[in-house]
Amino acid sequence: MDFKFTEEQEMIQQAAKDFAERELLADVIERDDNAIFPKEHIKKLAELGFLGMMTDPKYDGGGMDTVSYVLAMEEISKIDASVSVVMSVCNSLVNWGLETYGNEAQKEKYLKPLARGEKIGAFLLSEPEAGSDATSQRTTAEDKGDYYLLNGTKNWITNANSASTYLVIAQTYPEKKHKGINAFIVEKDSPGITLGPHENKMGMRSSDTHSVMFNDVKVSKENRIGEDGFGFTFAMKTLDGGRIGIASQALGIASGAFERALKYSRERKAFGTEIFNHQSVAFKLSDMAVKIENARNLCLKAAWLKDQHLPYGTASAMAKQYCADVAMEITTEAVQIHGGYGYVKEYHVERLMREAKLTQIYEGTSEVQKIIISRSLLK
Amino acid sequence: MKILVCINNVPDTTTKIKFVNNTAFDSNGVQWIINPWDELALTRAIEIKEAQPSEIENITVINVGLAEAEATIRKALAIGADNGIRINYDAKDSFAVAYQLAEYIKKENYDIILCGIESSDYNGANVGGMLSEILEFPSVSSISHLDIKEGKLILKREIDGGQETLSTQLPFVGIVQKGITKEPKIPSMRGIMTARTKQLLVIEAASCESLTDFIEFELPKPKAACKKIDPENVRELVQLLHNEAKVI
Repeated sequence: MDFKFTEEQEMIQQAAKDFAERELLADVIERDDNAIFPKEHIKKLAELGFLGMMTDPKYDGGGMDTVSYVLAMEEISKIDASVSVVMSVCNSLVNWGLETYGNEAQKEKYLKPLARGEKIGAFLLSEPEAGSDATSQRTTAEDKGDYYLLNGTKNWITNANSASTYLVIAQTYPEKKHKGINAFIVEKDSPGITLGPHENKMGMRSSDTHSVMFNDVKVSKENRIGEDGFGFTFAMKTLDGGRIGIASQALGIASGAFERALKYSRERKAFGTEIFNHQSVAFKLSDMAVKIENARNLCLKAAWLKDQHLPYGTASAMAKQYCADVAMEITTEAVQIHGGYGYVKEYHVERLMREAKLTQIYEGTSEVQKIIISRSLLK
Repeated sequence: MKILVCINNVPDTTTKIKFVNNTAFDSNGVQWIINPWDELALTRAIEIKEAQPSEIENITVINVGLAEAEATIRKALAIGADNGIRINYDAKDSFAVAYQLAEYIKKENYDIILCGIESSDYNGANVGGMLSEILEFPSVSSISHLDIKEGKLILKREIDGGQETLSTQLPFVGIVQKGITKEPKIPSMRGIMTARTKQLLVIEAASCESLTDFIEFELPKPKAACKKIDPENVRELVQLLHNEAKVI
């Protein structure tokens, strides 16, 4: 066992930290307040190669391992989870899905510009009535011979407006249930696609979330990913890796809030001394530190398993559930340590608390993770 | 043109400085970085190369130090230097660094040699000046602007009430101040990935007599608590400055 990071991993961690502090911190509160998508910030992040950091260099990616990705996600998420969610969707859902299951022509046409960060991707699975229960897809992809015809509505789509490339999950053979589901590469500007209004969210407000409506959208047969009926497996396999991204995002939100709470506790005085010297505060910070260490280890373990090409589905579910729940706890405590200052926007922790909540919900709720974990106990 | 950027390996600027028995710097747990001024010099060199690739043939980074400096050299390669050199020598003072650099540079043909104006470890601000003297190369200090136009170097530096524009013959030693570029460059994923394929040459040091010995290190005394005095009460302020601080 070796807990030491490589020099490259440390370099990536530092690069992400520098980027977040230099490029994201200054206007993160303003963007969150006004729900402004971080377009220029994402452009710079893409230029540094973070959006395709794990994709094989053969397809113009950075060729970095999943451990590096976790380290980078944590650093970006400490400052701005609305930016790191773009990074997560691009890296671990869209790019990974295309690289692993797409054919060479699809990779050439769609993966390369995504890996170079010239284009952004989105993953369209959730529906108004199919969130946690991904098997009940209502969006249909009717086989018309030369093409598929897509109809239906997708909900809560991250990057819906900013993405150029959609990966869409839809039902081709309803009678076959989840075995009739397919996955498609759909260009966002295809005729028949319309977007709902920007969702006015509690947190991650500057992330670009919309519903997406498909009305007789023609998708070429060559844009189907994998064999006919492979869509559900594709979605589940892709989400296995996606959970590592969101787990490390939750970890970053937690450690960002912890670092701020620790700093504040050493500056703020009450009863004649820094509040860190009060045991009630010091013990809170001690508990937070232990939980963050656990959370980080779970993320890194899942990432390490993935890098070793070992099964990581259960490990990533454990990481996602634990990190998200811990992020909620720690950000709440960070607000408490800040007292009244924690409740105002200037000190960032209230925003981190709002962001933490989403990590318990999207890409599989904490409860769904428990389904995955508990089922694995019986295997 | 060939550019050589001299980089020092220094403790991160937020490091809590500790000593072993007050005779040596305690490097345990210290994170090492490229000296911030050197990093700015390197960033500017890369910016010029990116903007005018035909003008710049190569950017080399060089360090005088031991093996632990190699992570810092590799970061410089990730940022965009083409190759790196480490002169294997544990220098105790600026002269030793300048001497070792000069011995190497004499044998090569660099056109532009860049150094940060000072180093954030000992802040001696000596190496650039000493290097140009030993090499008998022209040098310009406190450069806050460096560019190449039509094959000629344009240098600027801040002076009282304005800015001075200079040109110089090559080879020259440029001693770089803040302002030379906006911010140090963050390495890209591609840069980090290709750093491993770039050459990092370790060369043996020239024989050099050590002119310095460390006798004792001492931390500055902790700052005394701040006393606040009512602006109306000037008499008390004067008394304190006279009797307690003994500055007037």
